[in-house]
Amino acid sequence: MAMADMREPIESGCPDGFQYMHPAMRKNFGMWDYHEDPQPGVLKHVSKTGDVVYTVKAGTQRILDVFTIRKLTKIGDEFADGYIRFTIRSNIEYIVTDEAKVQPLIKALEDEGFVVGGTRNSVAMISHTQGWLHCDIPGTDASGVVKSMMDELIDEFKQWNMPNRVHITTSCCQINCGGQGDIAINIQHTKPPKISHDLVANVCERPTVVARCPVAAIRPAVVNGKPSLEVDEKKCICCGACFPPCPPMQINDPEHSKLAIWVGGNHSNARSKPSFQKLVAAGVPNNPPRWPEATGIVKRILKEYKAGAKDWERINDWIDRIGWPRFFEVTGLPFTKYHIDNWRGARNSLNASTHIRF
Amino acid sequence: MAKSQHPTPMLDELEKGPWPSFISGFKRLRDEHPSENINKVANSLLGQLEHSYETRKGYWKGGTVSVFGYGGGIIPRFSEVGEAFPESKEFHTLRVQPTPGNYYTTDMLNQLADSWEKYGSGLITFHGQTGNIMFIGADTENTQHFFDEINDYGWDLGGAGPCVRTAMSCVGAARCEQSCANEHAIQRYLVNEFVDDVHRPALPYKFKFKISGCPNDCQNAIERSDFAVIGTWRDDMKIKQEEVKNYMNTKGRQYIMDNVVSRCPTSCMTLNDDDTLNVDNSNCVRCMHCINVMPKALSPGDDKGVTVLIGGKRTLKIGDLMGTVILPFKKLETEDDYEELVELAGDTIDFFAENALEHERTGEMIERIGLVNFLEGIGVDVDPNMVSTPRQCSYVRMDGWDEEAAAWFEKKAEQAAG
Repeated sequence: MAMADMREPIESGCPDGFQYMHPAMRKNFGMWDYHEDPQPGVLKHVSKTGDVVYTVKAGTQRILDVFTIRKLTKIGDEFADGYIRFTIRSNIEYIVTDEAKVQPLIKALEDEGFVVGGTRNSVAMISHTQGWLHCDIPGTDASGVVKSMMDELIDEFKQWNMPNRVHITTSCCQINCGGQGDIAINIQHTKPPKISHDLVANVCERPTVVARCPVAAIRPAVVNGKPSLEVDEKKCICCGACFPPCPPMQINDPEHSKLAIWVGGNHSNARSKPSFQKLVAAGVPNNPPRWPEATGIVKRILKEYKAGAKDWERINDWIDRIGWPRFFEVTGLPFTKYHIDNWRGARNSLNASTHIRF
Repeated sequence: MAKSQHPTPMLDELEKGPWPSFISGFKRLRDEHPSENINKVANSLLGQLEHSYETRKGYWKGGTVSVFGYGGGIIPRFSEVGEAFPESKEFHTLRVQPTPGNYYTTDMLNQLADSWEKYGSGLITFHGQTGNIMFIGADTENTQHFFDEINDYGWDLGGAGPCVRTAMSCVGAARCEQSCANEHAIQRYLVNEFVDDVHRPALPYKFKFKISGCPNDCQNAIERSDFAVIGTWRDDMKIKQEEVKNYMNTKGRQYIMDNVVSRCPTSCMTLNDDDTLNVDNSNCVRCMHCINVMPKALSPGDDKGVTVLIGGKRTLKIGDLMGTVILPFKKLETEDDYEELVELAGDTIDFFAENALEHERTGEMIERIGLVNFLEGIGVDVDPNMVSTPRQCSYVRMDGWDEEAAAWFEKKAEQAAG
């Protein structure tokens, strides 16, 4: 097509949401008074105007085919005035003003296989990334790990059994796109990249790759008469940062790319300041199609959290109270030299006191 | 229907169990969709994904694809095993900006699905981790056609690459009593000021805005954005003593002691002998915990505004960083207030564009040059709310002390004079 025929884009940016918002939300915008939790998966919000809305929240497979989208919109037309929204963790929410519609709406969702829940002190939907389905650097799949885990955790999604909410995340590389979670299941590479030296000169901008390494372990080299890159394998931390700008430096390894499990990431300011997740387990097999070993460890942590934490304690609050030695004791996870941080700021994580629980 | 189906013994395992299965959705597209093209693409995609499951490796490579007039917004994907799975060998994702709070009418959602099945694979994610609607799977040519169609009815591409990214905000004032801000307005004021920087990647690296209406930060803004805007308030929180008593009657005094009073991080709550609750508001840090426990009895005050934190990011390259307080409190009531917020964002992005190294995030740049240099660069005065503690080590040159101290007192005098 000639340039002259091309259509100029309309740079409209982020669209106005009020046009798609349920009229009761538009009317009561900024005027809400309080909320109640009538049952798992249902919120009741009461406005200062006296208006009341009920929200029904449901988990889906997140990657939706058009058939599933039409199922969800049909339910919205039938029970929720034709309005929906999605939460940050990819749950769908229907807003209704008529209390009598709540139970039929729940039934319609459950009849179609969707899972109503994910509110208050439940295990929320696992937030996840693209993985093998669509990412260019993934060490594992994301949707498959999440499907396998949610199959096992579904009752915790549907009920209020946890001391406080539990956010689980997954990431398919060590960039950690999945973010911080009460529990995070992330890829952890254990071997340096395998370099296809014949390809490096043509594919990679070498100074960029050298600059990308967090520990300065990469340097230019001539290999087999061609310009390439070499890695100081004693320095290499196997993070995979060189792989995106230089695909011939393959970091993903079917055997040696493992999963690591981290706990205590919490983005809320409630009680303590926001916190980062901490390493608890590594060397977990990256084992498709169901990743049973990772799910087993997650369930073990959840079991102890549920048994040991007080009401309203998130996982980080619980461990702050009982201490890390007890966390490793009750979960039965090994404490190794790899748990002791040596990254920048590591001294702040050492115990410079006699505060020890016996 | 495709002539021969790729066998998917491993993926079939993901059709078992009670949680909705994405694999079943792919198979519906393969087997039931009226478009033969979608059947073939779904079959091919399932084949490649099964291959990934068998070999534990990914097979997508990036490239350069965009739409006419833009430089970003598309995640290009070309298959490395396209010969074996040719129908999905070009499988690009279009990132499309949703509304703040992710609202849709069912009609609009159906319309988007209709457009997508004309040009794409029939798979959509609501939403990706950056906040976009992810239309997963179109070839290069149809990427343009699909964009042209949905752009005509109000949807625009988001960011991909080193640019201002699509923003995100929590449900906020639309349905939450704890909201202290108009998240909707903040998001659109901010990100729509920078549409050019969204569509034409020219920054050192990505730059993200996220907005939460209160310090619960449901949007994860402090940890996940370069520029986090969090609603807060500075007058006294509101207490309905009658409702406190109702909680007490239902839950018991012990519960209130254990879950409200003793959980306050600054010990600013006490329970009076008559079972009314007392709050030392001058020491309340607006953590939200007590309000979360008793939403009927406690709520934020009336003098609402926002706190801005800058520099949050994920692990690459120097490790995860939280945002740092840059603006402790800002009222957002008038048009001018919003414009000042946008100005701060513009100054930050300009400074970032000029001073960050290639592939360095804002937080990493601040870590490298020091917070004070960043503040001087964007013209923001120091404030004790920016630190957890003052400096601990004496190894610093301080011969400008007298001028700095004088400037502090001068500023205080100006503030006192109003």
